Amino acid sequence: MILPLRLESVAYAAGGRTLIHPLSLELQAGASTIVLGANGAGKSVLMRLMHGLLRPTGGRILWSDPEPARVRRLQAMVFQRPVLLRRSVAENVLYALRVTGVADARRRTDEALREVGLAHAASQPARTLSGGEQQRLALARAWALHPELLFLDEPTANLDPGATREIETLIKAFDAAGTKIVMSTHNLGQARRLGDEVLFLHQGRLAERAPVERFFSQPQSPEAAAFIKGEVPWL
Amino acid sequence: MQVFTYELWPIVGLSLRVSLSAVGIATALGLPLGAALAVARFPGRSAVNVVLNALMGLPPVVVGLCVYLLLSRAGPLGSLGLLFTPGAMVIAQTVLILPIIAALVRQAVEDAWQEYDEQLRSLGLGRLRGSLTVLYDIRFSLFTAVLAGLGRACAEVGAVIIVGGNIDGVTRVMTTAIALETSKGDLGLALGLGLVLITIVLLLNAAAYLLRSAAQRRYG
Repeated sequence: MILPLRLESVAYAAGGRTLIHPLSLELQAGASTIVLGANGAGKSVLMRLMHGLLRPTGGRILWSDPEPARVRRLQAMVFQRPVLLRRSVAENVLYALRVTGVADARRRTDEALREVGLAHAASQPARTLSGGEQQRLALARAWALHPELLFLDEPTANLDPGATREIETLIKAFDAAGTKIVMSTHNLGQARRLGDEVLFLHQGRLAERAPVERFFSQPQSPEAAAFIKGEVPWL
Repeated sequence: MQVFTYELWPIVGLSLRVSLSAVGIATALGLPLGAALAVARFPGRSAVNVVLNALMGLPPVVVGLCVYLLLSRAGPLGSLGLLFTPGAMVIAQTVLILPIIAALVRQAVEDAWQEYDEQLRSLGLGRLRGSLTVLYDIRFSLFTAVLAGLGRACAEVGAVIIVGGNIDGVTRVMTTAIALETSKGDLGLALGLGLVLITIVLLLNAAAYLLRSAAQRRYG
């Protein structure tokens, strides 16, 4: 178990600008966490700090497992724009399994492709898939790694409603299989459908953290109230 | 036609042998060099890149002169006895096109790296393994860099004429033969040789293009 994950006064600055002000929080296994906030609020930066793609310029990130290699192997990230190698669909998944040193990569690849409904396209070049299929392949790649924690950075931002629904179904399946979900999104409906709790960022600060229902019905911070009102004025 | 009675094939053969050898060596050196420059972060990196880009425009005669000085009897590598041999021509052309291949590879890898970097690091790959993956993934785009080097090598005359000496049957290649026939006033022959040269370069590029588009259909 690499969770819970603890952030102690984690801060991040780049190019003379503070993108994340000192921020402390703890993420537990189980409940799906949605990271909300306006553009530039620091959602992506926060997730990249947690995932280890960015190194905090202040504070500490503590996993419950002290072994860095295990921490790395037990988490995965799916990006807004999937990055696929110029190889077949199956080889994209196989590649991820091989570099992480997983045994029986073949079987896990078949399993993961079946899970996301791409088994029929296994030998097709990955880059010829449609946008929605590419994102499903990115999810299959993450799925095959059997992560304990999955970060998703606006995974449906570039997709049409149909593809978005498919991705949401898969994220629910991840959740049901016991993977901790941490996802940023602009889609408030999606936040409600998939989330258990909300982390609301405003200008690089954690303005509010609340269970998803309470966040939308009774936001505690004025920033969150304004954000919800701005995004869904009829509420 | 005089072109066909001319001792053409040995000259064409030597041209290709020299230029392809130079391209082979420059590729073997330029791929890792360009990839390393694309991925590594060190002080003075931009300066190195500017210099490398500038070296793409190295005048062949200057390269020829420098290699000549190195290989001449009194030069530091004079004892190798390479001057006025095809070996010297390969060395000169390698020096000439190494910056071209390295600089174009650097640009291609750097662009791809921006796209792949986070995903590869997310999978736990370090820079070395990551850059090998990127190189392999864009291998067909790297063709363009290699072809640019080959084009330059086949077309240049300044370097090979200085270090090779245009010796009939030993170091005479297409471009030096054209220069010679032109100065002798045999313009028809020079033009014919020029057409042969252009045709060969065209065929090489067409083959590379076909290979690349087939690969693109196959790998996306």
